[in-house]
Amino acid sequence: MRVTVIDYKAGNLTSVLKALRQLGAEAEVTDGDLARVETAERLVLPGVGHFAATERLDATGLTPAIRAAIARGVPFLGICVGMQWLYAGSSEAPNQPGLAHFSESCAHFAASAEKVPHVGWNSLEVRPGSRLLAGVEPGEFVYFTHSYKAPVTADTAAVTYYIEPFAAAVESGNVMGVQFHPEKSGTTGLKILSNFLAWKARGAE
Amino acid sequence: MITKRIIACLDVHDGRVVKGVQFVDLIDAGDPATQAARHAREGADEIVLLDITATHEGRQTLLDTVRRTARELFVPFCVGGGIRSADDAAQVFDAGADKVSVNSAALKDPMLIDAIGRSFGAQAVVVAIDARRDPDAADPVRDAQVFVQGGRKPAGRRVVEWAREAEDRGAGEILLTSMNSDGMRTGFDCELTAAVSESVGIPVIASGGAGTVEHFVDVFGRGKADAALAASIFHFGVSSARSLKEELARAGVSVRLPC
Repeated sequence: MRVTVIDYKAGNLTSVLKALRQLGAEAEVTDGDLARVETAERLVLPGVGHFAATERLDATGLTPAIRAAIARGVPFLGICVGMQWLYAGSSEAPNQPGLAHFSESCAHFAASAEKVPHVGWNSLEVRPGSRLLAGVEPGEFVYFTHSYKAPVTADTAAVTYYIEPFAAAVESGNVMGVQFHPEKSGTTGLKILSNFLAWKARGAE
Repeated sequence: MITKRIIACLDVHDGRVVKGVQFVDLIDAGDPATQAARHAREGADEIVLLDITATHEGRQTLLDTVRRTARELFVPFCVGGGIRSADDAAQVFDAGADKVSVNSAALKDPMLIDAIGRSFGAQAVVVAIDARRDPDAADPVRDAQVFVQGGRKPAGRRVVEWAREAEDRGAGEILLTSMNSDGMRTGFDCELTAAVSESVGIPVIASGGAGTVEHFVDVFGRGKADAALAASIFHFGVSSARSLKEELARAGVSVRLPC
């Protein structure tokens, strides 16, 4: 299957592409070619770095193109900052709006004695019914590296605890996001990416 | 719950994994790609590849080695050695690294930390510090000195201060190597590791001196390390990351298991 990976110049895509290709996907990259988004079968928005970098999505016209693709039912996966972008915004860059597919906003971890960023392998508490995280057993670990996080809401697909509970994954129909890095999370991560690649609309299965 | 990371370190010289005592007397320990894959399979939480000869011989990191090693690695992969500019870092990222570790080049030009962090994110920048206690100082730990060029030359900086500056400039992690303990298998320098860990808000990876499971328990407890690097304990079949982590779990350390 074909996957279109969106490059918005916020860090490197090599690991994401490598993992998708390992799973047999035909992964292509676009950094502003709207036609590729308009004809995409699946979309992945990676992202490491600063939330302000998502400004490039607005500047290149990718934001409305992605919004339209999502409305068409194209499966979408945001990773790390790519997940946070699905929300209304982030206190990391208060003047930069997100897609607002989810109405909440992302915020920095609360002040505590713990180290921030949250770096390392942490466990997932998967909510029943998640299709993205199907087959992920209690006690499986995934790799995180981030300082900002999304709140736990009805759309949360998995909760992780660090300083406070936060949304490790979000899922609403064809729109999915993970705060962790599935491309760096060993066999558990590959299983999650594989679930995304296999995702079909209900009724189309 | 966040777990303590066990990081397998491959010191690479001329495209081969090597191990020495205090960075000299190198012994051949295999092919980097094969070793990295084996460590990942055997439960290592992360792989670090350090091209230990790159800096003083003025060579670029061996991009082919990085590419070959990254190919089938699906755990975090950090590469250090000879990265002197954001362009050098970009090449290493393109070859498949997730993080770069900078050491002497960052001491020479601290703006390098800012530059890589701006382009690739703080999570991609590890500042490696080679530390040596100053036996003549009033406080050998707080006054520990930074060394460069594979531990050959003092940099004229105190370890704790340099770690703080690195954090302020946007480093995502500190990789702290005790030159006194490196390769000795007599235990990590827990006092120095704790002094650095308590001075910064970013994770600290302890390195140098691992020889037994107790040494790891100690550095995660008393040393307040967030991760620990192991090289010689894994080479030559002493132990695997998985068996090390199983023993750590029995000692009450939170680790990624099963793995």
